[in-house]
Amino acid sequence: MLARTADNLFWLARSMERADFIARMIEATLRLEYLPRSGGEEAPVVEWVGALKAAGVHDAYAATRGDIDEANAIDFLAFERGNPSSICNCLETARANGRAVRTALTVETWTAINDAWLELKRFEATRRGGRDLDREALTRFLDYVKKASLDFDGSCYRTLLRDDGYWFNRLGVFLERADNTARLLDVKYHLLLPSNETVGGSLDYFQWVAILRAVSAATAYHWVYHDRIKPWLIADLLILKRAMPRSLIFCYESIDAAVDSLASANGRSGAAQRQARAMLATLERASMDEIFHGGLHEFITAFIVDNARLAETISEQYLFL
Amino acid sequence: MEARGGFDEMGEGTSSPRALYRKVARWLEETPPEVLASRRAQAEYMFRRIGITFGVYGDKDATERLIPFDIVPRVIARAEWKRLEAGLVQRVAALNLFLKDVYGPRAILKEQIVPEELILRNVYYRPEMIGRRAPHDIWVHIAGIDIVRVAENEFYVLEDNARTPSGVSYMLENREVTMRLMPDLFARHRVAPVDHYPEELLACLRSVTPRPDVSDATIALLTPGPFNSAYYEHTFLADKLGVELVEGRDLFVVDDVVYMRTTLGPKRVDVIYRRVDDDFLDPLAFNPESQLGLPGLLGAYLAGNVTLANAIGTGVADDKAIYSYVPDLIRFYLSEEPLLPNVPTYRCREPDSLAYVLERLDQLVVKEVHGSGGYGMLVGPHASAAQREFFAAKLKADPANYIAQPTLPLSTCPASFDSGVSSRHVDLRPFVLSGANGVRIVPGGLTRVALTQGSLVVNSSQGGGTKDTWVVDDDPADAED
Repeated sequence: MLARTADNLFWLARSMERADFIARMIEATLRLEYLPRSGGEEAPVVEWVGALKAAGVHDAYAATRGDIDEANAIDFLAFERGNPSSICNCLETARANGRAVRTALTVETWTAINDAWLELKRFEATRRGGRDLDREALTRFLDYVKKASLDFDGSCYRTLLRDDGYWFNRLGVFLERADNTARLLDVKYHLLLPSNETVGGSLDYFQWVAILRAVSAATAYHWVYHDRIKPWLIADLLILKRAMPRSLIFCYESIDAAVDSLASANGRSGAAQRQARAMLATLERASMDEIFHGGLHEFITAFIVDNARLAETISEQYLFL
Repeated sequence: MEARGGFDEMGEGTSSPRALYRKVARWLEETPPEVLASRRAQAEYMFRRIGITFGVYGDKDATERLIPFDIVPRVIARAEWKRLEAGLVQRVAALNLFLKDVYGPRAILKEQIVPEELILRNVYYRPEMIGRRAPHDIWVHIAGIDIVRVAENEFYVLEDNARTPSGVSYMLENREVTMRLMPDLFARHRVAPVDHYPEELLACLRSVTPRPDVSDATIALLTPGPFNSAYYEHTFLADKLGVELVEGRDLFVVDDVVYMRTTLGPKRVDVIYRRVDDDFLDPLAFNPESQLGLPGLLGAYLAGNVTLANAIGTGVADDKAIYSYVPDLIRFYLSEEPLLPNVPTYRCREPDSLAYVLERLDQLVVKEVHGSGGYGMLVGPHASAAQREFFAAKLKADPANYIAQPTLPLSTCPASFDSGVSSRHVDLRPFVLSGANGVRIVPGGLTRVALTQGSLVVNSSQGGGTKDTWVVDDDPADAED
């Protein structure tokens, strides 16, 4: 496979995954914001700060827009052309990458991307003029983005040949997903420490649910733990539960399998395989007790750095960039 | 050939449809307008969804646009097609022999059949190829020959495209869409399939590999990239062929051998189906500004380590000035009479012709000899006096740059619109494949249709559309009744 094609497939998958994550985070943050508040409380701008941080665009926002409020935060996360991670840019990037490697995609995969892009164009056309936010239209749009990501992922799974292209696609999906989950944990880690346990009804409860919603795990939690929501179990679910498709360990099992498949196809193993294996081993050996003991924040920060380093190694090893 | 009423291929305006079109005519009559409308909408939806678009140069607002598709198929009888096919094979054979000759012994110049300056001063003539032979003496692997019809039995070649003809993806996609949208109408005909075109193209490209001993020749399709107007077609064909779609930056040359950069490291490339013009192929040899090409490609080609399809320098054969000599080329190289006639052409470089053309600008179509895509031409009868005057000045300033032809009463076919069914002018571009394995033509080709009523310009860049083209076997039932 052409190195450029592999690179495009990798970024195509990352963009679609990121669009999905941003959409879910906007939804989860909106729900938090709708919570009733005792009189005199300020609108919870802090939630949008968290969302911008989890998306890794807080500094970019501060530099261009200044004060944070709901309308601006949503606009920046979803539609800002100057924000490379905005949903609209993710979809544009996905389509541009897809168009450049049209031959490496099946018709189904391409139409999933192209449909999402056409929907974005329609949405932008109706939105043009006013900056006012039509919540109903926004909800429809976010639903569409999530659906597009499902369509894309599903069509990749069902229709792509299991060759290099597919494995680079998987790497894009899971490196991005691991990064998203880790960033979300990083922003919210203070809520997840065992010492923070508060019983029922507090704002914290809704915060926890919001975290789960952002990674589409609100229902899964109960199926896994059969227990009321406890913050340390949320951390466990998102880091160490193999059954949870957004957990760090699940992502790394998938990454490890993908780099192994590349190695067996090429007959060559290298730094990417070693790093992926080491990260998976770390997660396999870890327990939540140890992680909390060593510091959740430190653990997550180190993970984000290592995850980014693996992406670089893959580029060097396969993409000759 | 003065303007007549014009030949309608279905027979509209006559008392009864031609037998060939009887089923289409009945279908058009019986299908309620709202069903036709929904077919049109479905077709547009399908094309947009698949992402079949083309870029329009000089149009900032619409870098990607849908090429209009008309749902009513054009029908050609098998017997009619057989005649066309024989003429096409003959014509492309002559073009290949001509290229071999002009870069080789130049017999045709010595015999003074074609004026020397038309070749040697031609901008598409490539001195780098002098004394060189293309592998297997095949220069034009893929030719698109534009054919127009003016009467039941009167076809003319309007133009030869011997560089990087495009449109074949529309031929294939149109068929897919037609079969899905109008399965009943399709089933009532015996339509010659076209979907094996990619197979034939692949076989053609394989047949000219420089390393026939290596069983699995590596073929790549070289595109200028996503900003090229035909990019969709490039991706489509690469996909159907199962070959890598490469840009110049994906390739490199070492010791006159071309490699592509893959995730497994360098991979040697044997045949390049290039959709990049000569000028941009190799910045070392041609346009040094080009970012599209591959430095060193010409050297690798001349060393015989990679085959280019089409060969370098074929533009000299599809130039509109050379066009007027093609019947002479056929007689000279093949000792045969042309089976497909040319449209009578006035070469403005000849003073008598120039005078004739200037007197009749209101009746003639004037084209630049190197033009393509319908840019820079004058359709006399449809032009304003001011436009004609402007063109007359250009003609006088540089007569050799122009040819003129009578405005042919191009045949018409029914097309479906919101306002109902009405006739539009059409042409036909069949694609002729020439390899070491022989010459192949998939039955039919791309029918282009001028969607503006009365317009004769079918180019997609000028608002033309396309239709599916059915080469059908005779149905005994058609003869009755």
